[in-house]
Amino acid sequence: MRKLDYAGAIREAMAQEMERDPRVFVYGIGVPTWSSIFGTTKGLTEQFGPERCFDTPICEDTMTGFGLGAAIRGLRPIHVHIRVDFMILATNQLLNMVSNYIYSTGGKLKVPLVVRAVVGRGWGQGAQHSKSLFSNFTHIPGLKVIAPTTASDVKGMLTAAIRDDNPVICFEHRWLYWAEEEVPEEPYEVPLGVGRILRPGRDVTVVGLSWMNVEARLAADILYKRGVSVEIVDPRTLAPLDEDLIVESVKRTGRCIVADCDWVESGFSAELAARISEKCFGRLKAPVKRIGFAHTPCPTVRELENEFYPNARTIVRGIEEMLGLEAANLDGEDFFSHERRFRGPF
Amino acid sequence: MTLDPEPLPKTTSIQLFKSLFLARRSEEYIVKHYPENLMRTPMHMSMGQEFVSVGVCAALEGKADVFASYRSHAAFLAQTHDTDLFFSELYGRSSGTGEGKGGSMHLASPGQGHILSSGVVATQIPVAVGAGFANMRLGTGRTAVVFFGDGAADAGVFWESLNVAALYRLPVMFVCEDNGYAVDTPREARQVPASLTEAVKAFVCDSYEDDSGDVESVYRLARGAVEKAHRERRPAFLNVKCCRYLEHVGTGDDWHWGYRDKAAVEREWISRDALLQQRVRLASLQMSESAIVAVEDEIDRAIRASVAKASQAPIPGPERLYAGVFHEKA
Ligand SMILES: Cc1ncc(C[n+]2csc(CCOP(=O)(O)OP(=O)(O)O)c2C)c(N)n1
Repeated sequence: MRKLDYAGAIREAMAQEMERDPRVFVYGIGVPTWSSIFGTTKGLTEQFGPERCFDTPICEDTMTGFGLGAAIRGLRPIHVHIRVDFMILATNQLLNMVSNYIYSTGGKLKVPLVVRAVVGRGWGQGAQHSKSLFSNFTHIPGLKVIAPTTASDVKGMLTAAIRDDNPVICFEHRWLYWAEEEVPEEPYEVPLGVGRILRPGRDVTVVGLSWMNVEARLAADILYKRGVSVEIVDPRTLAPLDEDLIVESVKRTGRCIVADCDWVESGFSAELAARISEKCFGRLKAPVKRIGFAHTPCPTVRELENEFYPNARTIVRGIEEMLGLEAANLDGEDFFSHERRFRGPF
Repeated sequence: MTLDPEPLPKTTSIQLFKSLFLARRSEEYIVKHYPENLMRTPMHMSMGQEFVSVGVCAALEGKADVFASYRSHAAFLAQTHDTDLFFSELYGRSSGTGEGKGGSMHLASPGQGHILSSGVVATQIPVAVGAGFANMRLGTGRTAVVFFGDGAADAGVFWESLNVAALYRLPVMFVCEDNGYAVDTPREARQVPASLTEAVKAFVCDSYEDDSGDVESVYRLARGAVEKAHRERRPAFLNVKCCRYLEHVGTGDDWHWGYRDKAAVEREWISRDALLQQRVRLASLQMSESAIVAVEDEIDRAIRASVAKASQAPIPGPERLYAGVFHEKA
């Protein structure tokens, strides 16, 4: 099968859905420009015309209301934010209008709106270009929230989101855009609300979110050499959550680390840890452990940024502690550094 | 001096009267029954300002996609004339517009062209712009119309929405029901431009003002504005001066708040009440008092029947709590 990266998979999902359904359109700040949201919207204006792929003024609140209005009057909008931080300006519409319109009209109406938001990281993104804020949105009834990790998942899940008659927010970690995988060429759906075991294992479950699944895989490789078998579960959809998959896994392994790509305090990891603790209580050999960002604004300087973000090393140390293993010497290990791919500026 | 405009067809004058009376009498029933505590939803009454939405909705002849604020009773009834749905929702019944989950601030019946009402100031405005975009793309021939108070024009999203509608050349109708107050705060204490109507002209749109207090004047204005908006492919802003008779929220008056003078309001507004004016106009059009009373009685009976029906209708069962958070396939 041909290989495609995550950014290309997003582009392909949108292009195929725009081809299939003339009601689908995509818009947002910078969408049709040369840089085209990391290539995810490249060529769509040329292919489908400026009425179906267009730029907007810098007014996220208004343009989200605009998407709602278009969605409830017959179109299927995809609104793109190049950073989650900018989507904060859209929360009035998302939380006050988009999320409750179906409910307060008795469940009969449709709001086929997709909002894509990019999680930034690296090269000094700093405090205002690096947020995830998953739990700000999973907290709200009436929104579906997805955070695909792999290229094949993002294509199928975005396709499902575009075809869904409810509002869906899709979180895309900026570093995942490079991830290549075999991705089927024809359109397909990966159903929302269904998680995935990224790697089967016996000793401990890592529930990873977004980029942290990449770190979890690295950690699992390192620990494998020491005879520790790590199972990685990617919920993929955060709301509605595939709780059964996670609970079954933790019941099997008896141990769980939640590796969130976000702050820990009041984060989505708290929701996961609470549910796992409740549902797996008698089967847990250790308390559920959570890993996430340091509870500070994201620092710009590289050395502090290194301290701010958890990575494979954090996961390895967490698992060692949980299993009562001595901390291994990790000097020879090859940890991910974004400078391999990314030297700024954005 | 302006010439008197051509009189409207008598049938139109009667229609406008009926629509005004429907809204007014429906709210009179709310005032009457609210103390029974069966309509447990915060009422933001339209009373006094009905002529704005009545005039505009009539002018659009059923081809409006209406977006309204929490003060939406008149707009809802002007657009749908559906007192059954209206009272069912206020009474919190399964037969309401949102099976009682919406209430007074979320009245909506998209099939009848009332798309939504919203309780957070100004939030309905950009949604109307998106609807205008969908109407343009799909060639529906419909017009998105958004009603809001002068307070909503304090908000950035109002100006952003005007900008976007003008930029994308969408014939959206922005209708400001300018009653001069946000709760008890006068416009002068909130906005710098001496005239909103003038300020809006900086955007490429047509900006109109009406302080006639007359439903036929609003009707004419809206007809001209919507026609021009479609022809020129640009939004229209209608600033219609009006007066809220009752308190900001609730069914009583608010003279005791002291922010406005009862005698002045009576002199400037209530004495030339739009419904009364229209009734006088019908008489001057040779409609007999008994014929007018017959029209009123018929509407009154219909409303009473709706109130009775609604107060008897089933209340949604507890199984409905979790239903409809997401779209329920038919
Ligand atoms: C964003 C927001 N802020 C504050 C409120 C509280 N509030 C409700 S109505 C209102 C006044 C609005 O005045 P205006 O827009 O002129 O409409 P009117 O009530 O006169 O119809 C305020 C401040 C709100 N609902 N939403």
